[in-house]
Amino acid sequence: MAKGGSPPDGELVQLLTPEGERIESVTGSDGTVYRADFTDEEYRGLYRDLVIVRKLDAEATALQRQGELGIWASLLGQEAAQVGSGRALRPQDMAFPTYREHGVLYCRGIDPIMPLGLFRGVDQGGWDPNEFKFNMYTIVIGAQTLHATGYAMGVTMDGKTGTDDGEAVIAYFGDGATSQGDVNEAFIWAGVFNSPLVFFCQNNQYAISEPLERQTRIPLYRRAGGFGFPGIRVDGNDVLATYAVTRAALDHARLGQGPTLIEAYTYRMGAHTTNDDPTRYRIASEVEAWQAKDPIKRVRAFLEREQIADAAFFAEVDEQAKRESLHLRERVLEMPDPAPVTMFDNVYPNGSPLVDKERERFVEYQASFEGSAH
Amino acid sequence: MSRMKTFNLPDLGEGLVEGEIIKWLVEVGQEIELNQPIVEVETAKAAVEIPAKWAGKVVEIHHPEGTTVEVGSPIISIDTDPTAGDLEPSAASLAAVDVAPTEGAVEPGLIGSPAPKANAVLVGYGPKTPSAKRRPRKGDTAPAPAAAAPAPVVPAPAAPVEPPAPAPGAGRTDQVALAKPPVRKLAKDLGVDLRGLVGSGPLGSITRDDVLAAQNGGGGGAVAAAPVVAIPAGEREQRIPVKGVRKLTAENMVASAFTAPHVTVFLTVDMTRTMQVIDRLRALPDWRDVRISPLLLVAKAILLAAKRHPMVNSTWAGDEIIVKDYVNLGIAAATERGLIVPNIKDAGRLSLRELADAMTALVQTAKSGKTPPADMSGGTLTITNVGVFGVDAGTPILPPGESAIVAFGAVRETPWVHEGQIQIRQVTQLAMSFDHRIIDGELGAKYLRDVGAFLSDPEATLLAWT
Repeated sequence: MAKGGSPPDGELVQLLTPEGERIESVTGSDGTVYRADFTDEEYRGLYRDLVIVRKLDAEATALQRQGELGIWASLLGQEAAQVGSGRALRPQDMAFPTYREHGVLYCRGIDPIMPLGLFRGVDQGGWDPNEFKFNMYTIVIGAQTLHATGYAMGVTMDGKTGTDDGEAVIAYFGDGATSQGDVNEAFIWAGVFNSPLVFFCQNNQYAISEPLERQTRIPLYRRAGGFGFPGIRVDGNDVLATYAVTRAALDHARLGQGPTLIEAYTYRMGAHTTNDDPTRYRIASEVEAWQAKDPIKRVRAFLEREQIADAAFFAEVDEQAKRESLHLRERVLEMPDPAPVTMFDNVYPNGSPLVDKERERFVEYQASFEGSAH
Repeated sequence: MSRMKTFNLPDLGEGLVEGEIIKWLVEVGQEIELNQPIVEVETAKAAVEIPAKWAGKVVEIHHPEGTTVEVGSPIISIDTDPTAGDLEPSAASLAAVDVAPTEGAVEPGLIGSPAPKANAVLVGYGPKTPSAKRRPRKGDTAPAPAAAAPAPVVPAPAAPVEPPAPAPGAGRTDQVALAKPPVRKLAKDLGVDLRGLVGSGPLGSITRDDVLAAQNGGGGGAVAAAPVVAIPAGEREQRIPVKGVRKLTAENMVASAFTAPHVTVFLTVDMTRTMQVIDRLRALPDWRDVRISPLLLVAKAILLAAKRHPMVNSTWAGDEIIVKDYVNLGIAAATERGLIVPNIKDAGRLSLRELADAMTALVQTAKSGKTPPADMSGGTLTITNVGVFGVDAGTPILPPGESAIVAFGAVRETPWVHEGQIQIRQVTQLAMSFDHRIIDGELGAKYLRDVGAFLSDPEATLLAWT
């Protein structure tokens, strides 16, 4: 079987084909009916999200190549998985991202400049996780699934589940992370404690260079069965299906019915990060096959076919994306470098004599240079 | 701001120092857009396209394809306002010269990196300002505070950075005392103020005993004034100066273990016939007063086998291997002073009886601590009798300059298949370490096999070999 190929038929929830044809509804094996009934305005909104998220991501990649970011993990190809799940979140739901969830971050209403500060090395991210219900990016592979599990257990203890407006938690991770002990421990705890948690795995087929076939012998979503909760695979390049499946799983969680594993079947069109060269480990024909399944093209085809949007709309969206990306660029270039002495801040919540001493010494050291303001 | 912009090769992959220009995608004079791919660069990590940082007109391409360029070097110059008229011809190259940071590849924060104020080294290629030179420090005679910072490149050979040496007096008390958490806890529990103490531990840290001594000795101030390491009753650690045989042994073992690549092979041997031969020898009238042990026969086996494989009796001398036709047989001896390895000179020429006498004398001299230095030098092949300590085998370390050593394990009554039946036999284990620079696995194995063959059937082997 080709690496990163199509999954077997019947194992994939899809509401919008790569050709842009709408599928009315899909009934899951447990009888859940997945459907996405949006207004025209909402369809157009999803399209706008997808285009802007892709454009901002491309700008960040360019900025890294120009020496303005240390590293960047591109989401190219995974826009639908992120926008679909990100828009399915309700305001009270808490998300635990990896370092690639720029699309989810955007949907949570966080200024897209925030992660660029992190990857420029001038701050630690900058947004308030409690305000936006979106945790800090986690660099350690899979670690955030345990954080999310603990948080979800806390939601239960606070009695915030069991109603239609209860809280749910979503943990993002990739296919490679499923081989981590942390993720499996999270599955166990969340399963045993019936936690209000959605495990959202973006299976982009590669853990850096390691193909999926070296992570698992069975489809990833079926792993959930062994941990005692449902698993489902959704077309991760289909924003409608991703939305529907995530919404259903979140509602399942908020009602106190426990966790779900969602495998969003997608493909990382770019490199793992800007440090990586995917041409060294995957073939061009595979990438081309996935280009035909592009998450944005199919929405556009659908909007055009159903006459939900016209050429002026698409031009306007492109213009907005360009404007926002230029704005992003300008602001990145203006980001102030932090004073070196700030590295001593926030080491301990209540300070420390040792760190105070080190700060003092460092200030003295800096002041020892000619032309120093000190 | 100048309309002429020069783009330096950034660090494209977190810690790279150079990249190769694979292909230029634009040419001089071409109008380009922002983020238009301009060049393909291959680094140690990836081949990537670099997008243009500015829109404008390409004025200069600084390196041809195929060039390896250092991170921070200018690669392209772009006129960002080409419609505004001519540029001065040399502007591009001037800009290039000015911009190239001389220390661009230096890690931020290290000693010798660009001055802290030019700290634009978080991303890109180090300092972005034209001046990447290190700023001078204020005043020539100013004490170098750099010494107070850790120097990650040059290991400090002597004292640590900030000497924590006990310095009783002013200024000492506001220092944070070095002490491990359990010691801090103890001090807290006992009400001892750590800041008043002088530590006797590593780096001047305060130990548990220091705290206990302070409590017993009263006020902390008195302790600080008299920096004497009090040793309370019931000392739990003993400090033994490293000298003499211990020191020599340590030096030899380290020198050998980290110079000669050691390989050890093992062989389990039925020594029953050797033990029988020993009994018969003991019964001979001429041997009545001779101390005769299995070790003697092992020594004989080693000497005979060395004649068949002279290469094991050799020394690695750098550009040559010295193969000796004499065996100075070393016998490792445990003495009160420690391990010593006296040797029997030219043991291969001795008769069994002479060998027995020599071994007896050697061991007695060693035990009495009177082995002359000459007896301990010049060994060529060694036996270590680990069996006397009740163990079966070991992986001995070669005495420096030797290429083989045989460990002789305990001889035990063991169920053993002998002539097709399980019988109780006298079985031992031999282990031989050898210097793999000289001796290959095959030779090592053959040699040990021959030693074993002699011990399995000394009479037949003796007849066959001599």
